[in-house]
Amino acid sequence: MATKVLMPQLGESVTEGTITRWLVKVGDTVNKYDPLAEVSTDKVNAEVPSTVSGRVTEIVVAEGETVAVGTHILSIEESGSAAADVPAEAKEAAAAPAPAPAAAQAPAAPAPAAAAGAAKQRYSPAVMRLAQEHGIDLARVQGTGAEGRVTRKDVLKFIEQGGAQAEPVQPQAASVPQAASVAQAAPAAPSAPAPASFDIPVAAGDQVIPVTPVRKTIAARMVQSKHEAPHAWTMVEVDVTNLVNFRNQIKDEFKRKEGVNLTFLPFFIKAVVEALKEYPMLNSTWAGDKIIVKKNVNISIAVATEDALYVPVIKDADQKSIYGLAKAIEDLAARTRAGKLTVDDMSGGTFTVNNTGSFGSVLSMPIINAPQAAILSVEAIVKRPVVVNDMIAIRSMVNLCLSLDHRVLDGLICGRFLQSVKQKLENIGPETKIY
Amino acid sequence: MAVISFIDAVTMAMREEMRRDPNVFVLGEDVGVRGGVFRATAGLIEEFGEERVIDTPLAESAIVGVAIGAAAYGMRPIAEIQFADFIMPAVNQIVSEAAKMRYRSNNDWHCPLTIRAPFGGGVHGALYHSQSVEAMFNSTPGLKIVAPSTPYDAKGLLKAAIRDNDPVLFFEHKRCYRLIKGEVPEDDYVLPIGKADVKREGTDITVISYGLTLHFALQAAEKLAQEGISAHILDLRTLYPLDKEAIVEAASKTGKVLIIHEDNKEGGIGGEVAAIIAEHCLFDLDAPIKRLAGPDIPAMPYSPPLEKFFMLNPDKVYEAMRELAYF
Repeated sequence: MATKVLMPQLGESVTEGTITRWLVKVGDTVNKYDPLAEVSTDKVNAEVPSTVSGRVTEIVVAEGETVAVGTHILSIEESGSAAADVPAEAKEAAAAPAPAPAAAQAPAAPAPAAAAGAAKQRYSPAVMRLAQEHGIDLARVQGTGAEGRVTRKDVLKFIEQGGAQAEPVQPQAASVPQAASVAQAAPAAPSAPAPASFDIPVAAGDQVIPVTPVRKTIAARMVQSKHEAPHAWTMVEVDVTNLVNFRNQIKDEFKRKEGVNLTFLPFFIKAVVEALKEYPMLNSTWAGDKIIVKKNVNISIAVATEDALYVPVIKDADQKSIYGLAKAIEDLAARTRAGKLTVDDMSGGTFTVNNTGSFGSVLSMPIINAPQAAILSVEAIVKRPVVVNDMIAIRSMVNLCLSLDHRVLDGLICGRFLQSVKQKLENIGPETKIY
Repeated sequence: MAVISFIDAVTMAMREEMRRDPNVFVLGEDVGVRGGVFRATAGLIEEFGEERVIDTPLAESAIVGVAIGAAAYGMRPIAEIQFADFIMPAVNQIVSEAAKMRYRSNNDWHCPLTIRAPFGGGVHGALYHSQSVEAMFNSTPGLKIVAPSTPYDAKGLLKAAIRDNDPVLFFEHKRCYRLIKGEVPEDDYVLPIGKADVKREGTDITVISYGLTLHFALQAAEKLAQEGISAHILDLRTLYPLDKEAIVEAASKTGKVLIIHEDNKEGGIGGEVAAIIAEHCLFDLDAPIKRLAGPDIPAMPYSPPLEKFFMLNPDKVYEAMRELAYF
C-alpha cells in the first residue's frame, strides 16, 4: 500500500514550501522519521521526515518547485504491505481517492420533476411577485428546482419566452391561417377544464390590470354569496309622486337649515326599516342549522367609487329619523370617497339598500351582501303613464327589486314585506315627519 | 504591477503612510527588532527608527491606551495586537474610550487610531491563536471594522484606515498572509471604508463573505461554473458599518443567498447581513437565506482532525453553494 507523503505545515501562516533538495531517490528504503527532503519557506528551512517505513516508489515534486502545504510530494511503499508486488500504477489507482469527485457527483441535479413533487406548489416570495406582476399562472411554469419547485429563474425564463403573454398557439388556429384573427379570440374560453379556467390569453396591446386587495375581496364575497345562497328575485313598482312632490317642496329649506342634502334615499331607507320591524325575518342570517334573526337593524348602503364598491353601515337605522338617516348617508358617502372608512363603519350590516337608481338603472338583480338574507335595490324614479282609478295619469314611478336568500325566505313573506314598503312610500306626504 | 502577498501589502501600506505623514507610528509586541511575529513590520524599525516603531510590554490595554492618548494628541498610531485573541484586555479602551471619544466630547476630540490584529484559524494555532473576534465589536457605533481579503484591498483599506479620523479595527486573516497573492500597484491609492466589493459576477446564487472564506467561495465558484452554476460573490470588506446597499443589491440579484464566515454561526456577522436582507429583499428572495459558518463551540481545537472539522474549506463551501443552487 503506497503512502502519500504531503508537504507539511512548517509554522503558522506558512502556506507553501519549496523543495530545495531531495535526500532520497526512487527505490531507496527509508525508516520512519528519516529525512526525505530539505524544504524552505519564507519563515524557516526544515527537513521533511518520513511518516512511514518502506521503499520510495515515486517522487512527485521536482527540486526547486514550490508547492502548497498538503501537496503530495512523494510516495512510499510500506514494508510488509500485502500489495507489495503489485505494479506501481495499479496500486496508485487503487489508493488514489478518485480525484474527480465533481464529475462523478455533480450532474446528479434532480431531474426537472415533471411528476410534481411536494415543492411544486410552494412558491417563494420572488416567484409570487413575478407571477403577480406579469399575470402568470404558475401551474403552467415548469419547475426545475428541488422536487420540481418553480424557481425565480424558471419564471424569468418563462417570461422571456413570452409565456406571460400568450398561450402556446392552438393547433387548429395554426392549420387555418386565414382565420387566424378569429381563431386567436375564439378557442380559449369555453372548453377549458375547470382548474385551467384562468388560462386566459392576453393578446398584444391588451392591458393587464393587477387585482387590488379590495377588488379581490369584492370578487371573493360575490362568488361566495352567489355560490352559497340560492338567490330568488322579485320586484314591485311604487308610485312615489307624492314623495317626489313633498321632497321637492322641502329640500331647499332643509338644505338651508341643516346643511345636508335631502335625497330620496333616506325616505326609502325609512320605509324599509319600518317594514323590517314588521317582518323581522328579512333582517336575519342563515347559520347552517339555524336562522338568526337580528335584533339590531343596521342598514348597509352601497357606495360606489370609480373602481370599487363599498358597503358602509348605518347603525341602528330603526332609531333614526329621516333627518338622521340623511345625515348618516351623507357622512358615510363622504368618508367612503375620501377613503376614510373604518372597519367599524363597514361591519355589522343586517340588510342592504342599494341605490341603483342613482346611475339610471330601472331594473337590477343585486347579489346578496352575505351573510344577510336579502338586498333591496331602489331604481330610478321615472315619470310614466299609469292607470289610476281607471284613468291614465302621468305618475312618478320607481321599481324596488329584492334579491333574497331562498334558504331563509320565501316569496310570500317577501311579497308582504315589499307591499309594506310600497304602502309606506305611497303614503308619504306633507304630514310625514322629517325629524 | 507586482504580484505580492497579503502581508507584504500590509507592510507596504504602513511604510507608505509612515513616509507620507510623520505623525504615523507603529506600536505593539515585537513589532520593532523582530519585525512582528508575522513579519508585518519587517524593515520598519530600520527605516523609521525606534521612536516610530515601538516595542511595547505584553499589555494590550496599555498598547491601545497609549495609542488613544497619542491619537488625542494629534498622532496617527497603528497599534498591533499580535493575535486578535489577545485583544480582550484592550476592549475597554477600544469600546468605551476610542469609539466614544468624538461623541462624548461633542466633536472637540477625536481618535485617529488604527488597530491591526491578525485573526482566524487554519494555521494549527489552537485556541489562543485562531479566534475570530469581529462579532464582539460589530455593534459599537463609533468604531469601524475592516477585514480585507485580497492584497490590493489590504493596502488600499489600511491606508484609508490610517488616514481615517476615527478608530478603525483592521482585521487581517493570518492564513491569508502568505496564501493569498495578488497584484498591488506601487501607487498611493486608498479604498473607501464602508464599501463592499463584488469579486465575481453571477446569476444563480449570491455568496456574501469576507476574509479567508471569501477565497474558498471563489474557488468553489470556479468549480461550479464548470457545472453551469453561476455564483455572484460579494466581499463585505467592511464589517461595521455594513454596506447595506451593496448587500441588498447582491441579494436581490439572484434571490438565493449564502453567507459564509469562519467565525461561529450564532451571533456572527452573518446574522446581521441576513437581517438586512430579510428587511429589504423579501419579495426578491427565492430561497431561505443560508449561513455557513464555524460551529458554535468554544474554541479552535488543537487536534488536527478537529481543527479540520472546525474550519471551512473549499469543499464544504462548494457543497453549500451547490445545494442552494439546486433549491
